[in-house]
Amino acid sequence: MTVPEGAAGAATATDDAAPLLSLRGINKSFGAVHVLQDVDFDAYAGQVTALVGDNGAGKSTLIKGIAGSQPFDSGDYVFDGRQVTVTNPKHANELGIEVVYQDLALCDNLDIVDNLFLGREVTKNGILDEATMERRAQETLAGLSVRTVKSIRQVVASLSGGQRQTVAIARAVIWNSKLVVLDEPTAALGVAQTEQVLRLVRQLADNGLAVVLISHNLNDVFQVADRISVLYLGRMAAQMKTKDVKSNQVVEVITTGRSDAIGGITNGNGELK
Amino acid sequence: MTAPTKVETTEEHVEETGPGNPLGTAVGNWWARVRGGDAGSLPALLGIIALVIVFAALRPNTFTNAFNFANLIHQAAAVIVIAMGLVFVLLLGEIDLSAGYTAGTAAAVMGVVVTRWGWSWPLGLIACLLTGAVVGLLIGLLVAKLGIPSFVVTLAAFLGLQGVLLQLIGEGGTIAIRDDTLRAINNNDMPVWLGWVLFAVIVGGYAAIVLRRGAKRRSSGLTFEPIQVTLAKIAALAVLLGLATYWLSIERSRNPAITSLKGVPIVVAVLLVLLVGLTFLLTKTSFGRHVYAVGGNAEAARRAGINVGLVKLACFMIASTLAAVGGIMLASRDNSISPGTGGASTLLYAVGAAVIGGTSLFGGKGRIVDAILGGFVIAIIINGMGLLNQPSSVVYMVTGLVLLVAASVDAISRRRARSTGRV
Repeated sequence: MTVPEGAAGAATATDDAAPLLSLRGINKSFGAVHVLQDVDFDAYAGQVTALVGDNGAGKSTLIKGIAGSQPFDSGDYVFDGRQVTVTNPKHANELGIEVVYQDLALCDNLDIVDNLFLGREVTKNGILDEATMERRAQETLAGLSVRTVKSIRQVVASLSGGQRQTVAIARAVIWNSKLVVLDEPTAALGVAQTEQVLRLVRQLADNGLAVVLISHNLNDVFQVADRISVLYLGRMAAQMKTKDVKSNQVVEVITTGRSDAIGGITNGNGELK
Repeated sequence: MTAPTKVETTEEHVEETGPGNPLGTAVGNWWARVRGGDAGSLPALLGIIALVIVFAALRPNTFTNAFNFANLIHQAAAVIVIAMGLVFVLLLGEIDLSAGYTAGTAAAVMGVVVTRWGWSWPLGLIACLLTGAVVGLLIGLLVAKLGIPSFVVTLAAFLGLQGVLLQLIGEGGTIAIRDDTLRAINNNDMPVWLGWVLFAVIVGGYAAIVLRRGAKRRSSGLTFEPIQVTLAKIAALAVLLGLATYWLSIERSRNPAITSLKGVPIVVAVLLVLLVGLTFLLTKTSFGRHVYAVGGNAEAARRAGINVGLVKLACFMIASTLAAVGGIMLASRDNSISPGTGGASTLLYAVGAAVIGGTSLFGGKGRIVDAILGGFVIAIIINGMGLLNQPSSVVYMVTGLVLLVAASVDAISRRRARSTGRV
C-alpha cells in the first residue's frame, strides 16, 4: 500500500514520503485467541501517528510486536524500505526502534545521565566515560528543548512525573533512533505536565523521527497527532489524517469499529464488514 | 511547537556550584543532602567518634594506646572484608546468610591444603579463594537461575557449610596454621618506613585522581567541585591517615628489648587494596553501574538490556570470594581453624557493619567504604566492652542495639528520601 491509498484517500501526496514503518497483514495469536488479524499499520518520519482503540483492541500486542518483545506470527514488517524480521528487543534497537513503556522503567536510585545510558554505557578502556555521557545527555536534552531539569546529576527519584517521562523519552532518542513508540505517556500526569510531554512528543516528530503515540485521551491525540490509526477488536478499523476527521467520528470508530461519516475516508483494509 | 518547556520543581535544589564562599556552600549542600535523607557516612563516623570518646573516658590507659589501636584493626579486618562482600549482595536487595561459614569453610580448605597436605601457602590461598568462588557460584545459580529467594538458599548454605566445616576439621579438632606467611597476614606489621610509603601513595594517589577529575570536568565545561573543597578533602585525609600512621609507628611492645612491635599492620594494606579495587569496580565500570541498576529496579535493568541473572551471579560469587578472604584473616589471626571459625556472630557482625556504614538493606544504595566504617564501629564496641570487663551477654545486647539503631537510620533516611524525592 502506498501512501495516498493508505492514510487518506483524499490527501495529496506532497507531504507524504514512503512510510518509515510499514506493517502488512500482521497476525498474532495467544493460544486460541486471535489478538491481531491482518493488521496493516504505517508510521511516517516527521509525523506523530496516534494508535487508539478500546481496551483489548490489540494496541499493546501491536507495539510489543514492533518492539520485538513478542514477535508477530505472520505478516510483513517493512522498516526503512527493507523487509526485516524483528524477533527480539535488541534487534529492534539496532534498527533504530525504541519503545517507552507506560511504567517508565527508570532506576530511581541512579541519576539522569546514568539512566539515559543504562545498559549502553560509554566506556573508555573499560572505564565509564562520565564526561562524554554527561555531555551527550546535555546535548540530547537541549535538542528536545528540555530546560526543566536543573542538574542532570539529580537522581531520578527527585523528578516530577513529567520530568521522569522526559528522561524516559530522552533515553529513547539518545541513540539516534528513527522510530519511537510511546505507550500512554500522559496517563498519570497533571494538566501542566501533560502539556509539557505533548510538546516534547511534537518536538520529536519535528526533529524528524517517526513517533507512534498510544493514548486513550483523544484531546491529546488531536493536539499532537498527524495521523490516527484505530484498532478495533484486533483489526485495523481505520487509518486517517487528523485534519480530515472529528473527535466524535474517531470515538465512533473506536467503539463500533466503523463510522458512516468517515466511511469514505477509511480504506478497505481491515475495516469490519 | 518548539517553545521551551518549563516546569516548576517543588523541591529545593542543591546547586553544585554557588556564589560566595565555596567551602561554606559545599558544607551547606552536604547538610541539605543529609537532611534530605542522604546521610552517607555520617552516622557511622559520629558513632565511631562517640564510641571512642566514651571508651577513652572510661579506660584512658588501655583503650587509646597504640597497642590496642593495632589490635582493633586486627579484630576488625575479617568482619570488614566479609562486609565488603555483603555490600555487593545487599546492593541487589539480596542477603547472604552463609558468608560467615563460607569464610570458615574456605579457611578450613586452606588449612587442609597447607597444614595436612603440606602444600605451599600460595596454593593454600588459591584453594581458599576457589572454595569461596564455588560456593558463590552455587548460591548465585540457585538464586538467579532457579529463582529461589536468597534468604532461603543462603540459610540452607549456612547450615550445610557448618557441616562441611565440621567434616573438614573432624569432630572437636582444630587445624593449626604453622605457615609464617599465612600467620603474618593478620598478625604482623610492615616496617615503619613502608607504612609511611603507603601513606604517601594513598594521599598522593587520592589527590592526583580528584584533582585530575576536577580539571577534566572543568575543561569539558561540566559542573565541578570548587577547588577549595577538593583541597580541603585531601587535607582532611592526609591529617587523619597521617595521625593513624604515626600512632601505629610508635613502639607498642611492652618489652621492646625482646620483641619490637611497631608499624602499620600488613592487613591494612590488604584492606586498602580491596577498598580501592572494589570501589573502582562499583563506581567506574559498567558492571558496577549494572549492580546499582538491578538493586534499584531489576525490571528496568532487564529492559535496558542488562543480563540481570548474570549480575546477580557475579555479585554472589564476589561476596563469597571476599568471605573466603575474610576466612584467611580469621585463620591467620587465630593461627588455627576450628569448627567455630566464621561461626557465632561473624556473619551478623558483617551484616551489621555494612548496614551501620550506610548500606541499605533495601538494595540500590551502598558503598565499599561503608564496610570499613561500620566494621570499625562494631570492632570498637567489642574491643571497648572487653576492656570494660563486660560479660558477653552485655556485649551481645549492646551490639544488637547498635544494629537496630543503624537499621532504623536506614529506614528513616529512606522515608525522608521518599518525602524529599531522593533515594
